[in-house]
Amino acid sequence: MVRGLLLLLFVGACIVMSRSAFSSNHFKRQSKSDGLVAWQQVYSVLTSPRCINCHTATNYPQQGDDRHRHFANVIRGPEGKGVPALNCVSCHQSANADSTGVPGGHNWHLAPLSMRWQDEDDQPLSSAVVCRSLTDRTKNGGLNAEALLKHHEEEPLVLWAWNPGRRQDGATRTLPPLTHPEFVTATRQWIDAGMPCPR
Amino acid sequence: MVSLYLDLPTSAQEAGQAPPAKIYPPDAFIHIRPDGKIVVQVNRVEVGQGTHTALPMILADEMDADWSQVIAELAPAADVYKDPLIGVQWVGGSTAIANSFPQYRELGARARSMLVQTAADRWRVKPEQCHTASSIVYGPGNRSVRYSDLATEAARRTIPDKVALKNPSEFKLIGKPVRRLDGRAKCDGSHKFAIDLDVPGMLTALVARPPVFSGKVRSFDDKEARAVPGVRDVFEYPLVKGSAVAVVADKFWIAKQARDRLKVDWDLDGIEHADSSRLFAQYKELAKTPGGVALKRGDEKAIDRIPESQQIVAEFEFPYLAHAPMEPLSLAVRFDGDRAEAWVPAQLPTWEQMAIAEVLGLATEQVKFNVLFAGGSFGRRGLVDSHLVREAAAIAKRVRGRPVKLIFTREDDMRSGYYRPMFVHRVEVGIGSDGAPLAWRHVVVGQSFVKGTGVAMEAVLVKNGVDKLAVEGSSDSPYDIPNVDLTAHHPTVNVPVLSHRSVGYGHNSFVRETLMEELADRAKTDPIGYRLKLLNKDAYKFRAVLTLLNEKASWRTRLPAGHAVGYACSEYNNTACACAAELSIVNGRPKIHRVTVTVHCGLAVNPLTVESQFQGGIGFGLTQVMPRGAITLKEGRVEQGNFDRCTPPYIADAPADIDVHVVQSTEPPTGVGEAPVPIIAPAVVNALFHLTGKRYRSLPLVEL
Amino acid sequence: MATYQLNVNGQRKEVNVDPSTPLLWVLREELKMTGTKYGCGISVCGACTVHLDGVATRSCVVPISLLGNRRIVTIEGIGSDPVGRIVQEAWVEKDVVQCGYCQSGQIMSACALLKANPKPTDDNIEESMGGNLCRCAAYVRIRQAIKDASKHLA
Repeated sequence: MVRGLLLLLFVGACIVMSRSAFSSNHFKRQSKSDGLVAWQQVYSVLTSPRCINCHTATNYPQQGDDRHRHFANVIRGPEGKGVPALNCVSCHQSANADSTGVPGGHNWHLAPLSMRWQDEDDQPLSSAVVCRSLTDRTKNGGLNAEALLKHHEEEPLVLWAWNPGRRQDGATRTLPPLTHPEFVTATRQWIDAGMPCPR
Repeated sequence: MVSLYLDLPTSAQEAGQAPPAKIYPPDAFIHIRPDGKIVVQVNRVEVGQGTHTALPMILADEMDADWSQVIAELAPAADVYKDPLIGVQWVGGSTAIANSFPQYRELGARARSMLVQTAADRWRVKPEQCHTASSIVYGPGNRSVRYSDLATEAARRTIPDKVALKNPSEFKLIGKPVRRLDGRAKCDGSHKFAIDLDVPGMLTALVARPPVFSGKVRSFDDKEARAVPGVRDVFEYPLVKGSAVAVVADKFWIAKQARDRLKVDWDLDGIEHADSSRLFAQYKELAKTPGGVALKRGDEKAIDRIPESQQIVAEFEFPYLAHAPMEPLSLAVRFDGDRAEAWVPAQLPTWEQMAIAEVLGLATEQVKFNVLFAGGSFGRRGLVDSHLVREAAAIAKRVRGRPVKLIFTREDDMRSGYYRPMFVHRVEVGIGSDGAPLAWRHVVVGQSFVKGTGVAMEAVLVKNGVDKLAVEGSSDSPYDIPNVDLTAHHPTVNVPVLSHRSVGYGHNSFVRETLMEELADRAKTDPIGYRLKLLNKDAYKFRAVLTLLNEKASWRTRLPAGHAVGYACSEYNNTACACAAELSIVNGRPKIHRVTVTVHCGLAVNPLTVESQFQGGIGFGLTQVMPRGAITLKEGRVEQGNFDRCTPPYIADAPADIDVHVVQSTEPPTGVGEAPVPIIAPAVVNALFHLTGKRYRSLPLVEL
Repeated sequence: MATYQLNVNGQRKEVNVDPSTPLLWVLREELKMTGTKYGCGISVCGACTVHLDGVATRSCVVPISLLGNRRIVTIEGIGSDPVGRIVQEAWVEKDVVQCGYCQSGQIMSACALLKANPKPTDDNIEESMGGNLCRCAAYVRIRQAIKDASKHLA
């Protein structure tokens, strides 16, 4: 009986050890400089219009490749979902509406202010500042590295950036500078390198 | 809206010298139903201005009708519904109440007289022994009879030549705040606008228009368009200038899908590709040279003798403006070969009925012309060249036998519309030693929507090559300036233009009132006092509104830090108004905290309407200063397609607080739809000067 | 073309339209309910506002294919709602409308606001009504009517 228990404990310990090993040893180790290069790629996507337009520091979202203030005076609201009568979902449905030119996706809403990637003059924050936000679990919604990667892989509103729908004139919205698989790979490489941030 | 100043009295004061009023048959305007409802035909399209309530009020008051039983209907096109002074059926120039006040009073009084006479005959008593109230005739000895029980017999009577009108002290409705007759229906979705029309067999047409005005169709490929199920026809037809391709389908969305799939090769050669920047540069050059004479007074060289230090030289720029009524343009026509029917939210039914007849090769009487409610107009539906009905008739002619509703999408009207023209003004003001303007040289440059059109009113409005409608506000300035040299140029530009709510006052009052305030500031005088001192002695309505403003805007001496006040006054068709606007700057934009407005419109027939027109007119007038309030052209193409790029004021842009004060008056009523529009923009920039130190002479206010 | 089952103001309706057809045009042309208005077609003016499962929604940009089984309430039906009735009465009492074309949308937006917040502040009103355009600029009375309606709400 005692032997059985000890065996159980040993196996448990192995599992625990291999979990932490999983976190640190599962990904191929990257050098810090490679990690910084990967981060710049991630940053280039985060600050492209399809992403940064909803990561504002202000009371409003932006729209368009020129990132102008969203029309009709729509505002953030207490939960980033707009205000009564003018919610995000008042217009943005659960999928793109190409026939009417309105983009859509599941749970359309603004990123919280803690995840702002611009300053209050609508200028993108520096690579260093955005990196620090992303790696600060008090700001990023409590995501650790694994969860962050999963977010970039699977979150519907993230995926939307690569399927952003058409405007009313039929033109497709411009895509981020990397493909989604490239974006995920770059995220992974950055994480492998220990999520280094530029100074 | 267009003001048609023919050689007929349009001012209230002149009305006394008018030819004897025509006798209008009550039965063309009033129908008393057996159930007691009284249906009044209103000879003016309701575009929001409130005539649909005010005109019936006037009639019902004289008639002693039970107001709760009154229903108003839009009269169709017919001779009997023509404006009594102007001689055409129309809405424009803020003339409805002014010109139809006596008409509707007499109609009501005549109807009452005939009803009383009928009752008196029945009872074998004298009419003087009877009195009326609330749709009932009362006779001696407790007799009474309802109007509805007299109506049929009364209608057979000869219409009396003379009729006694009420003493104003007896008015029960006129002068009282009365809620709109069309109010409830507009709140529950039941009210029908032109675009809501649904008649049996109706088809819908959308039109692919040239991207540059006056462009023509060279060829088109409709294969994919016709493949959309529900498409009936695709064809080219002529526009007033150029040509377009119509898509006719069962429903709007089908027509839109088909039009989106239409491929048109446009011939854009040999036509002007208008460009706002280029035009402004050209206009500014032109403004340095004198044009056709609008007004000369005193010594035109006086300005040259005044030293530069005592002069203000100012250049003003005003862009094209879109009317952009909330209801997009639409109308319907059915052509049956020997007759036609039209459903139009028409400001000019007389002309439009004739235009349809002309296109279809019919006599005017063969066109049944129904007038429908309009969701706003601001002049957009007052078509000098009748282009909308001409297009609809051409489409109906091709489709033949079925009604076709032609709809303009928002983009269609914004990109291929008719606009308030752009203007440049150049003014040189010579200031006397007392701080008052001594000499005023002023050149106005901008298109005329009348000149060269050949319409009847051109001969009246255009003198010396100057269109009165482009210089009003300057040519009829209420201020005494001894030496005035006012001229104008009207370039021909390939951009269609039209009357726009407050017409010439919209830009001329801006120029005048910003300069007035600058002069007052220079003279270190209170701006209201400065204006009062300068007013011509005959400008008694201006005097009244400025004096009342002085009293009602007493808050102006107790402004919080960071707030400033600006003033302006203007007029339209004998209604004068003035305002004080309190502003501060919030997030780099002007924030208007309150506006106090005073108005002299003679007797205010419906104070609720007057207040709403003034609150609304001020909100509308703010469009001129909104950062994206303008229409601009680049290489022939309008740059704005919808409200996202051409953005009028939303609720946060308009002041929450607009108090309106009417000068008490028993003078004949004058119109209020347009008077308020010009005053807010100059008041705003006048206030802004105190906040930023800048004089804003170029609209819109893109940045401060 | 596809067939859709709709619940409009509590009634079952069936329509047969192209899936890309905006709900606005389904209401106006298939169901002949013209109270909901076309003002811009790109959701910038609010004249087309309806409620979908109680959420104020701009019907000009919702293709019928994305409606799902959400219940639709339009201006023609909002009067059956206690808040809707109070709002409409306030609109009549304050004589808000001028041309009236935007007012279906204004009322539907105001109802959404007051249902979520029966005692809105001036800022709340300005924010929630901030995307409904009125070219007649009847805004002063729109504010007054909302405050008036608010007084009648618990």
